[in-house]
Formats: sequence, C-alpha cells, structure tokens
Amino acid sequence: MDSTVTTGTNEKVWGGGNQPLNASYGKLMMWFFLVSDALTFSGFLAAYGFSRFKFIESWPIADEVFTHIPFFHGNYPMYYVAFMTFILIMSSVTMVLAVDAGHKMKKNAVIWYLFLTVIGGAIFVGSQAWEWATFISGDHGAVETRSGRILQFVNADTGERASLADFAKTLPSERTVHENKNGLWFTAEGYMPSYSLAEIEAGLKEHSNIVIRTEDIHQEGEHMGHKTVLSREASLEKIKDGKYVVEGANLIHNEYGNRLFADFFFFITGFHGFHVFSGVIFNLIIFFNVILGTYEKRGHYEMVEKVGLYWHFVDLVWVFVFTFFYLV
Amino acid sequence: MSELGHGHEDEHGDDHGHHHKQTFITKYIFSQDHKMISKQYLITGLIMGFIGISMSLLFRMQLAWPGESFGIFETVLGKWAPDGVMDADVYLALVTIHGTIMVFFVLTAGLSGTFSNLLIPLQVGARDMASGFLNMVSYWLFFLSSIIMLSSLFIESGPASAGWTVYPPLSALPMAQSGSGLGMTLWLVAMTVFIASSLLGSLNYIVTVLNLRTQGMSMTRMPLTIWAFFVTAIIGVISFPVLLSAGLLLLMDRSFGTSFFLSDIFIQGEVLHYQGGSPVLYEHLFWFLGHPEVYIVILPAMGIVSEVMAVNARKPIFGYRAMIASIIAIAFLSTIVWGHHMFLSGMNPFLGSVFTFTTLLIAIPSAVKSFNWITTLWKGNLQLNTGMLFSIGMVSTFITGGLTGIILGDSTLDINVHDTYFVVAHFHLVMGISALYGLFAGVYHWFPKMFEGKMMNKNLGYVHFWITAVGSYGIFFPMHFVGMAGVPRRYYENTAFPMFDELTDVQVLMTVFALITAGAQLIFAFNFVRSIFYGKVGPKNPWNATTLEWTTELKHIHGNWEGAIPHVYRWPYDYSKTDDNGEYIIASQDFVPQTVPMKDDEEELHH
Repeated sequence: MDSTVTTGTNEKVWGGGNQPLNASYGKLMMWFFLVSDALTFSGFLAAYGFSRFKFIESWPIADEVFTHIPFFHGNYPMYYVAFMTFILIMSSVTMVLAVDAGHKMKKNAVIWYLFLTVIGGAIFVGSQAWEWATFISGDHGAVETRSGRILQFVNADTGERASLADFAKTLPSERTVHENKNGLWFTAEGYMPSYSLAEIEAGLKEHSNIVIRTEDIHQEGEHMGHKTVLSREASLEKIKDGKYVVEGANLIHNEYGNRLFADFFFFITGFHGFHVFSGVIFNLIIFFNVILGTYEKRGHYEMVEKVGLYWHFVDLVWVFVFTFFYLV
Repeated sequence: MSELGHGHEDEHGDDHGHHHKQTFITKYIFSQDHKMISKQYLITGLIMGFIGISMSLLFRMQLAWPGESFGIFETVLGKWAPDGVMDADVYLALVTIHGTIMVFFVLTAGLSGTFSNLLIPLQVGARDMASGFLNMVSYWLFFLSSIIMLSSLFIESGPASAGWTVYPPLSALPMAQSGSGLGMTLWLVAMTVFIASSLLGSLNYIVTVLNLRTQGMSMTRMPLTIWAFFVTAIIGVISFPVLLSAGLLLLMDRSFGTSFFLSDIFIQGEVLHYQGGSPVLYEHLFWFLGHPEVYIVILPAMGIVSEVMAVNARKPIFGYRAMIASIIAIAFLSTIVWGHHMFLSGMNPFLGSVFTFTTLLIAIPSAVKSFNWITTLWKGNLQLNTGMLFSIGMVSTFITGGLTGIILGDSTLDINVHDTYFVVAHFHLVMGISALYGLFAGVYHWFPKMFEGKMMNKNLGYVHFWITAVGSYGIFFPMHFVGMAGVPRRYYENTAFPMFDELTDVQVLMTVFALITAGAQLIFAFNFVRSIFYGKVGPKNPWNATTLEWTTELKHIHGNWEGAIPHVYRWPYDYSKTDDNGEYIIASQDFVPQTVPMKDDEEELHH
C-alpha cells in the first residue's frame, strides 16, 4: 500500500503539466549551461593535471613563483592571491545577499549588494591583470639551456635567489641598434634581455658565491621537495649548456621553469578571467535593470538569481584553479 | 516559482486564436517556431549531406582507379586535379571534410536538430520550445558554422586535411601540410560555432522535456523518441564542451606558440621551439567528445526507429522500460570508453584493458535494444511503409556493424585491424548507415507533420530503400575483408604495396556500389522536393499512431494546438490493445491515442 502512495506522489511531481524541479526553464537552462561550462574547465584542468604529472619531478613550485604584492618589495608567497580569492568569495556572499533581497522584493538592498558584487568582481579582474603583469615581467631572471630547461641562480652564502643583475658582468660590446632608417622601417627592434649570455657566464665565473639551481626537485633525502642546487664546479660546467637569457615569462619561454606551467597559467587563468569579466558585465547590466525598476515591474527578481548562479559558478571554478595552480 | 511557470503557459495560451501577421522573414528565415526551425535544420542537413556524400564518391573513385584521369575531377577539383588526376593533398582534404560534414553537420545537427525540434514540443504537448529565441539562434549558428566550413573549401591552401579527428602535430603546424594552414583555422572556428549551436539546441531540448510536458505526460508516458532526444541532448551538453577545450588549446598551439600538444618537432631540419606537450593529451580530450558523439548520432536514430517500428508493427514496443534503461545505460557508458580509440596511441596498455572492459559492457544495452526491436516485429501486423523498411534496415545494419565493434573494442584483437578499412566498415555501418536509415525513417514517417499533411511518394520510397539497402551493404560488407587483408585507411593509393593488388577488384566493386547507392539518393531528393509542392495530402493521422503530434491540425500554427493542449492519459504504445473479451478498446480501431482516458475496466500496460 505504502509503495502505491509513493508512486502516486511521484506521478504528481513528474506527471506533466508542472515544473518537476520547481525551477523555471530559464533557471534550468542556466544550470545545464553551467554543467557544460564546468566540463570545458574540467577539460582544461585535466589537461593541466596530465601535463603537470608528466613533469612532476621538475614542475615549478608555486610558492617561489607568486611572491609579490603590489607596492611592497620582498618575499610574500601567496599573500596576494589569497587576497584576490577572498575578494571573489566575498563577492559571492554579496551576490547571495542580493538574491535574497530580490526574493524579499527589496529593491534598494538588491542595488547595493549587486553594486558590491560588481566592485568585488572588478577588483578581482584588476588583480588578475596585475598578477599577469608581474608574472610576465619576471623576477630574478634565468638561463634557458639548449634542451629547453631553466637554470636559475642562487647565492650560496644566504641560500636566496640571486637576480641576474646581482652578478652579471657588463662586457663592452658593440651592436647596431635597429632604427627605422637603418633597417626594415616597419619593424621595431625585438625584445632584448638585459644581459647577454656571455655576460652571465662571465659574472658567474667572477662571483664565487653564485651557484646554479636546476628545475629538478629532490624526490628524497633532506632536501625533498626542493629544487636541486648544484655545486660551484657543476654550476660552471652547466652554464655552458645555456642558450638564452630569459627574463619573465610568455607562452614560449618561462624563467620560472617548465614552459607548460606558463602556458597553462595564461590559458586557464585567462579563460577564467574572461568568465569573470563577462560575469561583471552581466552583473552590471542586471544592476542597471534593477535601478531602472525592470524587475520590480516584472514582479520578481529571477534574473538576479540567474546571473547569481553564473557568478557562483565562476567563483567555484576559481576555487579549483586556485587549488591546482597555487596550493598543491 | 510556480506562478512563473503558469505565466509562461498563459503567454503561449494567448498565442493561439489570433494569429500574428507574419512577414516572409519572420516566417521562413528568422522563425522562432520549432516546426519551421526543424525544417531549416533538415534542409540544411540534407544539403550538407549531398556535399558530404559527393565527396566520398570522388575519393572512392580515386581508390578504385588510382591515378586515373577523370573529367569530373578536373571540373570540381580544379587545380587540385591537374589533368583530371586527383592530387594526394585534396584526397586527404576530401576524406577529412567528408567525415566532418557527415558526423557533425548531417548526423548531429541534421538528425538531432531536425527531429528534436519537430517532435519534442509536438510529442510532449508543448506550444513550442522553452525558448524559441535561443532555438532560432541555435539554428543560425549552425548555419554560420556550415558556411564557415564550406568556405574553407575555396581557399587557396585548401581545407583541413588532417582527418576528421584533426590530431596534432599534423593539424597544429601550418607547415606540416597545406591543409593545416588557414583551412585548419577555419575548421576550428566552424567547430567552435557549431558547439555553441549544439549547446543552445541541447539546453532547449532538455528543458522543454523537463518543464513543458502536458498534464498527464509523465516521464514514463513519453514516446521513446523523446527519451532518445532528451538523453542525446544531455550527452551533448556533457561532451561537446570538452571538444571545445581541445579545440581552444589546439588553436593556442597553432596561433600563439604554446606547447600543449607539441614537443620536440623538427621540420625541414629545423627544430621548432615547442617542448613538453603531448599529442596523446589531445587524443584523450578529443575522444572524450568523440565517443559520446557516436551515440549523439545513433541515439536519435534509435528513438525514431523504436517509434516508427511500434506504429507500423501495430504492437506496443517490446520492453518499453528496458528501452529507456538501455538508452540511459548507453549514454552513461559512452562517457567512459573513449580510450578504445587510442589502443595504439602509446597509452598505457593497462588503461587499454580497462577501456576494453567498459567498451564491451556497451554490448549489453545495445543487445537489449536489438532484441527488443526484433521482438517488437515478432507476430506484428507489419505495415511495410517506407519508414518501417528503413527502421528494419537500421536494425539490420546496427547489428552487423555492432558485431564488428566487439572485435574493435577488444584491445588485443584491435591491434590486428587498427586503422584499416575494417574500422571504416564498422563505423560506417553501425553509426553512419544506421543513423542515416533512422534519418530516412523519420523523414518518411513525419513528412506529413512537417509539410502540412503532404505525403511522400511510397513507390519512389521503395525504390530508394531497396537500392540503398542493397547498395550500402555492397559498399561496406566487402570493406571488412579489405580491412582484414590489411589495407590501411586514409591512404591516397595502395599501388605501392603489391600485396594489395588483388584487392583492386574489390575496391572497384565497392566504388560501383557507392556510385549506384548515391545515385539512389537523388530519387529521395526528387521525392522529397516534389512532395513538398505536389505531395498528396493525407489524413490527419496517416499512420494511425497514438502520439500527440497527430492530434494537431494539418495546417501549421504557432502554438501547435488550436484550443487547449490535450491531456494525456496513457502511454504511447497502446496498439492492438484488447479488453478481456478480446475486443479492441475502441471498437474497430487498433490503436488508442494517448489523449483517450482509460476505460474503467481497462488495464494499464507496463505501468
């Protein structure tokens, strides 16, 4: 008997002529769109995991890459990205409050909370841009070997990273600067590193306290989890493999280590940043609609809820990106 | 939220009765009516199909008569066929674009797009799709994507030529072959637009099925067509975005110098800067879409066949719930078998054995479906209409093609026939021909619904069916043996291998069959176009079917039903149902429409 009753209720919910999930078609569409978008991101993150696992013994250590905060010098690993993440999560909180205020038809509260959400999103996108700029301009500089590996430099006395400027020797050299009048007038001179390879090599020879650190991570022993630091003799031998001087990172060269790290960093945070950016735009549109009273007239604030779903999703994706790029 | 839903229904409720004055543009071009959009999908799909099949004829001729000069080559290929001899580059391009067009543009958009759009609102009892606007956008994105794909045929360096799977590094390096230049970029752009189109369409299909079913249309009273379209849309939403991931990463590799899929490549003695990437990664991402894609292609055909077969056998579909369960099982399994395309890619052999296991599991729901179709036919009062013939044909080709799938799905057996014509024969029968039969069955069956009661000519349909049925086995059955003899796929010619010389006659046989079979499709095209204008108008319910779409008026109106949407009281397969005395439920009528309430003493079937 009991089971018949249960079937009866099921028939009622799924029996047609109603909305079985108690959600309008627009909201359901948003949900399924997010499923789809989640799989796109999963594709990227799976690709990232695949590549990182392939180079698990030499992957750059995030703590040593993201060490800056604006206006301050020094080594503050992860502080700034933690701040960005906090802002984004707080903007999700204000979005929840906006949706809630919408349910209660409190127009002014919706306006304020959406405003705060937009500001939070804008701060995040701005921070992302700063993060990119810092990553692109680089930190200490490095040398890339013929086989594409990265050699960084360490001060053996302090154990701290040494910048190229700390030890490179300026060698007198003559080169013709490309100007419009002496070459192809429509091309500008390409980017030149601050030091030539020869200057780095000479500087390394002169400074007995500078040694080379390779990409390889110690897999056991007391230095487990740290990059391998070569001895002075090995460093002088290793520098002969050098091919380029690398300052900063782009899609092809990356002073922090494996170039795939930079490729995925730019691509995934870029793709996510694009989502945040479009989310901010959506929120702004809805924000103005709220001010104009569109939803007040419509009698419900469901649009706020829909962009809210998108915003939370973008936030959730960041949690994963943050975890995989910065934390683990 | 519920008041919103009612608001939505009321909106549509107001729609009927008074008709908006429609201009040519709002009626035929930027239409938001699902029936018109479905016709747009069908006709675009058929045109793409014409192009795709014509390409296959060209390269089949090259395979049968390698290096021969044909006037037709010179005419259609121009500089790609100097003196009428097909160039090797254009052979690869033709194979690539044939595959792309047939898989995505004909059998995904043309099949699913047409019938999901036509049947979902009509069969679940809705005035239209949940969002007519997004539905329109979906079609026009598909159209745009078709145009971009076709435009790549006319550029100087030629269209993409890396095979329809566009594996890097071949597809990633513009200097690898001429087709990897602008043609490849256009291919990727076209596919990106296509994915957006497919996503918008799928969202609409899913949500319409969930939210817009009429009163009484529970999930287990939906026709199997709707179940198939619903699940197809779900796997589309899950798998296409991963193709987008792969495509975007590939675009980055091609255009911006990243190394996601590339490593250690020398071209013309020069080392390229790419380092660290892996083409196997691309294969994983691609086949995570690629495998569900074959079910996106075949599931709608299965749904159509189930429906057409039950109607024309005048019997309930055998094992209705088992059919639903197997659709869901196939959809689930389809997402965890992609590795069987990569047994020889250098993937870990242990992973190969896992994928073998999951792949062979698919045989279970597939066999359930096949047996259910056969038992539906068993002792049926078979009405051999054209749609029915194609449905039976589909079961035949699905079984034939499916059996070879067991061999290919097994990693140890696959080694022997990997990348040979055996594979080509397998997937053409099991998904190509089968899905096309489903498409034809659907077109013949629902043509009256699409074109306001006009029927297609049955005799021309018979000619079309029999030539196609004999011809397509004629093409693909011998192909198995060619494959087992070791002939590799995608080769421009095999004349360099004396061991394949004795197979040339078989190649000629297949090509002759291909030419004849393709010619028979012109009969279909003629019948189709002629029937649109001069077809005889049949009765409102020409096949005596139970489902809701036949309760609408012949004349199309936006909103589908003149009055209120009918309510549903029974499942869709009450054919030849009798009461305790052995009498039909409705006297002298062997079917009971879904809109007829249950009689007092009537027993509900399968509920």
